[in-house]
Amino acid sequence: MNQLTANFEVTFPTFHLQVNFAVPAEGIIAVFGPSGCGKSTLLRCLAGLERSSLGSMVLNSHIWQDESQGIFVPLSQRSIGYVFQEPRLFPHLKVLANLQYGWERTPKSARRITLDQVVHVLDIERLLDRLPQSLSGGEQQRIAIGRALLTSPQLLLMDEPLSSLDFQRKREILPFIRRLDSEFHIPIIYVSHDLHEIIELAKTVVLLKGGTVVGSGPIEKVFSQLDLRHLIPENHLGALVDTTVAEQDQEFGLTKLAFSGGHLHVPHQPRQIGERLRVQILAKDVSIISSPPAFQTSVLNLLEATVVEIGEVNTEHPFVDIKLDIGCPLLATITRKSLAALKLHPGQHVHAQIKAVALR
Amino acid sequence: MLDLDLGPLWLTLQLAGATVIVLLLVGTPIAWWLAFTSSRLRTIVEAIVALPIVLPPTVLGFYLLIAFGPHGLIGGPWKDLTGSALSFTFTGLVLASTFYSLPFVVQPLHGAFEAVGKKPLEAAWTLGASKLDTFFTVASPMAIRGYLTAIVLGFAHTLGEFGVVLMVGGNIPGQTKVLSIAIYDHVETLEYAQAHMLSAGLLLFSFIVLLAVYSANRRLPIHVT
Repeated sequence: MNQLTANFEVTFPTFHLQVNFAVPAEGIIAVFGPSGCGKSTLLRCLAGLERSSLGSMVLNSHIWQDESQGIFVPLSQRSIGYVFQEPRLFPHLKVLANLQYGWERTPKSARRITLDQVVHVLDIERLLDRLPQSLSGGEQQRIAIGRALLTSPQLLLMDEPLSSLDFQRKREILPFIRRLDSEFHIPIIYVSHDLHEIIELAKTVVLLKGGTVVGSGPIEKVFSQLDLRHLIPENHLGALVDTTVAEQDQEFGLTKLAFSGGHLHVPHQPRQIGERLRVQILAKDVSIISSPPAFQTSVLNLLEATVVEIGEVNTEHPFVDIKLDIGCPLLATITRKSLAALKLHPGQHVHAQIKAVALR
Repeated sequence: MLDLDLGPLWLTLQLAGATVIVLLLVGTPIAWWLAFTSSRLRTIVEAIVALPIVLPPTVLGFYLLIAFGPHGLIGGPWKDLTGSALSFTFTGLVLASTFYSLPFVVQPLHGAFEAVGKKPLEAAWTLGASKLDTFFTVASPMAIRGYLTAIVLGFAHTLGEFGVVLMVGGNIPGQTKVLSIAIYDHVETLEYAQAHMLSAGLLLFSFIVLLAVYSANRRLPIHVT
């Protein structure tokens, strides 16, 4: 199995980065954390823009850095594509020449991705003859992505590529980034502090805080770890559930989604049957009942659940997080008072009422 | 008809041309280093490079004269190496002019490289370009206006040189008798007509060169500031 292993220790005057992680090298791997946690530095270390005196970086079987053996492959010889926060296009070259810059410097035998493919996927045909300054921010960033892709990299690093764009432009580029994974099969390390982007894109996540990795793994798992909840903004805490569209209920205007623990009903989604859809169930939208309600409830999604873990009880805070198992992890935020009233304990069988499902 | 010797004019153009070429070769690495180093020596080097701007040319000329002597700091090794002296020669003048006009080439280049910044260079490296490749295909084209300014200032400043030439070059026709010296000679001997011709010629030439450069500059596609 393809794997990316990284291990760096670098000290800057005001900052210390010490990371060590191994993740499957496939799909979009998000590096997430608050500003100043070392996300960009980590990316620069992976690319070889910064050299850590202690460290190693291995992608599949390529050793790009191993300081214990004195190995450090210079940046220009690594098969890495890098998309910076700003597009960094060369202002003296037209778009086409910008795109070809890396392609020309890639050995013929290593060229897997063609200009036609990139132009098609990124929809930039009509921009080729223009100078970078005449493009919008979103267009420039698309060219920057294309330019990096044309080196046919074995790993694509993206450093908050959408952070300089407004909401509309972000919406415009996100689908392109999602297509990169399926079209070109290049593992992408995607740095962001925007949870929405990450939930939308990532398969694997590496959580960073204060220069160290505090969690890494499949996104559904990491995002339902109660001990990491302080890293996630209050309103965003919630389990991610991968579902497939099972049925369209025309009469009531609902869509039925199937997942590993059963079904969820959501307002009608214009999707094909069988299409995959990742939804987030926010912890604040989940309530717990100890036995099935004697009365009918207006809540459609009522699922059997097992209590897995009770989060930290803080006497200064009225709420507590509960991790449930409904065939996949589910988080619920309830009051301490309810916790006491229901006498919840791990292993207990309960029901979870899901009031809303966030769809993206 | 006036008896006008055009030798000094030709010599001056040769001197300015040769000096600019040497200056670009020497000044580019210095400017690059100044723009990107984090070394503490930076300020010291910056100050040394700027010295010719504030020093009276005669002071610079005086020290260069001593250094260029057959037993001097530069003249000694030069004589051992080439077998000829440096002072009162054309080569000596080129070398002296290089010191004299150094800040006028280094400073615009330094500014231009700083304006380019590290970001496009990093982008080029990630696209597989070596450092030298990046310099020629990204940094230099982006700094083209800096180069243009450096060439014009270096050339013009060398054209107008007087004090340093007088000190290290003397007044040898065909060797070191440049335009400014020739004009001075004509004035000394009250040949105002010849002085006028040469002065007006230099004035017109300088104006045309500057005009050509600035209008070319305006039409360049790169605006990096």
